[in-house]
Amino acid sequence: MFGYYLDLALHSLKRNKALTALMVLAIALGIGASMTTLTVLHVLSGDPLPGRSDMLYYPQIDPRDDSGILPGKEPPFQLTEIDGFNLLRAQRADRQALMTGGAVPIQPDSAAMDPFYVEARYTTADFFAMFGAPFHYGRGWSAADDEAKAREVVIGSELNERLFGGVNSVGRTLRVADSQFRIVGVLGNWAPSPHFYDLNTGSYGYAEQVFMPLQTALDLHVAHNGSTDCWGNGTGGVGRIYPSSSCVWMQFWVQLDTPAKAADYQEFLVHYSEQQKALGRFVKAPNVRLRNVMQWLAYWQVIPDDVRLQTWLAFGFLLVCLVNTVGLMLAKFLRRSAELSVRRALGASRRALFAQLLIESGVVGMVGGAGGLLLALLGLWVVRHRPSDYAALAHLDPAMLLTTFLLALGASLLAGLLPAWRACQVAPALQLKSN
Amino acid sequence: MELRPILSTLRRHKVTSWLLIVEIALTCAIVCNAVFMIGHRLQHMRMASGIDEHALVQIQLAEIAPTPDIYARAREDLAVLRQVPGVQAVALTNQLPLGGSSSNASLKLDPTQREATLSAGTYFGEDLPQTMGARLVAGRHLQPDEFVNADVVVKALASGNTKAVPAVTVITQALADRLWPGQNPLGKTVYVTDQVSVRVVGVLAELARANAYNDATAHYSIILPLFMGAGKDQSYVIRTRPQDREAVLKAAVAALRKADPGRVVTKQRTYDEVRQTFFANDRAMAGILVGVIVALLVVTALGIVGLASFWVAQRRRTIGVRRALGATRRHILNYFQTENFVLATIGIALGMVLAYGINLFLMLHYELPRLPAVYFPVGAIALWLIGQLAVLGPALRAAAVPPVVATRSV
Repeated sequence: MFGYYLDLALHSLKRNKALTALMVLAIALGIGASMTTLTVLHVLSGDPLPGRSDMLYYPQIDPRDDSGILPGKEPPFQLTEIDGFNLLRAQRADRQALMTGGAVPIQPDSAAMDPFYVEARYTTADFFAMFGAPFHYGRGWSAADDEAKAREVVIGSELNERLFGGVNSVGRTLRVADSQFRIVGVLGNWAPSPHFYDLNTGSYGYAEQVFMPLQTALDLHVAHNGSTDCWGNGTGGVGRIYPSSSCVWMQFWVQLDTPAKAADYQEFLVHYSEQQKALGRFVKAPNVRLRNVMQWLAYWQVIPDDVRLQTWLAFGFLLVCLVNTVGLMLAKFLRRSAELSVRRALGASRRALFAQLLIESGVVGMVGGAGGLLLALLGLWVVRHRPSDYAALAHLDPAMLLTTFLLALGASLLAGLLPAWRACQVAPALQLKSN
Repeated sequence: MELRPILSTLRRHKVTSWLLIVEIALTCAIVCNAVFMIGHRLQHMRMASGIDEHALVQIQLAEIAPTPDIYARAREDLAVLRQVPGVQAVALTNQLPLGGSSSNASLKLDPTQREATLSAGTYFGEDLPQTMGARLVAGRHLQPDEFVNADVVVKALASGNTKAVPAVTVITQALADRLWPGQNPLGKTVYVTDQVSVRVVGVLAELARANAYNDATAHYSIILPLFMGAGKDQSYVIRTRPQDREAVLKAAVAALRKADPGRVVTKQRTYDEVRQTFFANDRAMAGILVGVIVALLVVTALGIVGLASFWVAQRRRTIGVRRALGATRRHILNYFQTENFVLATIGIALGMVLAYGINLFLMLHYELPRLPAVYFPVGAIALWLIGQLAVLGPALRAAAVPPVVATRSV
């Protein structure tokens, strides 16, 4: 039966080529636009570390003075250097890493290559294991190296490619900010997106190429990048002077394997705040937060407003396209009342008519969906060639491909359902008589 | 034109008519809001920076080996740049209007305030308004002898000494109007920290902040007499004749390289590029909105053409009968035009309500202002026009149906 209905559908669609093309085009445009924006939204709201992110938490405490701050407000988004090192050395989590961002000059040995700047992250030993950063060669540094302010670096694959042509460079020396470093590890391709662990340096398409022990960096006074927030007489520093003690400019991440441990850690942050208040360092009552990666990204509202707005627009457009198609399909089916009446009179059941018409609309939907997929690929290509920081991420993954397919099928069936049902309601006798 | 026959015909095609009305309503609502958003973006993109944009270029450098004395380095750089042919003026600044990356301070009128009055962009740099071309409207500029090297202030504050901070400032008119509405700001005092206050000695007409994302607070800027010294976050801003910008930029970079070869140039661009970069996203969004409007109108128009063609084909016999009974071609044409006008009008009326609803939603979630009433007629006129244009073809075909059709059986 299906084959016969399909034949009828194709026949009917061919009879009115312009109209069929119009319906297909409308569905394709609607689906293409919504899939493009939905894919961008999907990529931007993705989990940067699947399988790991729900165990990673971002502790916040409130070291600010009492002036200028109303009670009940969010604590600062980062930590002071003192609190950062206090929490790091307390070792209360399964893993922990303190960090901040920067940029460092690389001075290649070869005279043929000019010095250049790369983005850098100054952090502590657990960083790589905690975030699951994959090593292509070598390994990270140890906690002892941290304390010894070791002149060791881990470099990214891009920098390794640029300096050493991609070969194993572990053990070689690298001149960074006028100091000699030993390369201990080379990372594989690793760029968590969003750049969750420090959103101040840019949220998307951002990958540091040099990772340096934090204490080494502080010792060398290499340049700091990112956000600095100060209160009281605090200043963000200048030249080789780092931000003062009443400034927050460091990020601290902890790994807590179970919810119970997370609850304990929150308790610990409250205790720590009380203890610091007793010591006279903190002024306010304990004001702590402990969010995991996805909660932190949601709180930060990392997805650009414009991207969400574009998604709404695209779905508004899809809705108009669908209404358009429903209207045209209905008009088309109703015009064939006579033909349908003849089939009814010859014994075809309502169900059979309904199935036949639904197949016809399904064909329109599938062709439109295929067209929409092509348009979505074109749309994503356009997005990739725009100068936004997330441009490089806009690719269709299998999940979104399936979504496109389902959206196209759903949209076309939805568009076919009402017209098919209405057209089946013909009273054969009346129709036949009137002719 | 008699409306009754049209309405009674439409009543026989209730579902189809309603679908067309809904399509027109949706299109109208989205178009109203999209046009409004485009206007909003364009207005934002026209934001005044308060400076002589076409006469300025920016150069940013980063050291490779640590610079022994960043203040001496910067003084020498400035002297070198002044020697470059075509350079009219040059200054060292920590940020540029609409430059993106910003330095800000929370200002208070009274140090005991629980919450700061507002946040303002803080510019550090000698001769900044003069070099950038920001107009002084009251008082005076900051004098060279009032400037202090930044490290002196940083170290003094770190040891609790608040007296080392130079206590004068130049602010913008917008900031003065917000802090002291209707009063003369000259001589007034504002707190930049709880213990450090500065006295207003001059007022600038306009100077946008580096992170001017919000139109209302875009011109809250103050200039403090701090000399920042050379560094990767500082910029040299050079004033020249607009036609000399490219040449001066090249010569200036070469001169700076020669003065200290141990540096990398991280930015060299005209101010026009600064503005273009700052508004790149808004420009893209405006483009997308235009695309959406065009696509919506085209789809709706094609939908109307399709449906009208159907109805014309379906009513060939009726048209023939009417023609045979004496209706002129113009009558038939008018009939279909009026029919479309009725449908479009109902759609537009619904669309207005929907447009208002969408605007409320956007106001709630995207900090968009209320949709001004002038935008409603825009959507209405667009859809009436589109409707009439779309129906013209099918209506002309209907008018061409000869009366003889009435006598033929189908």
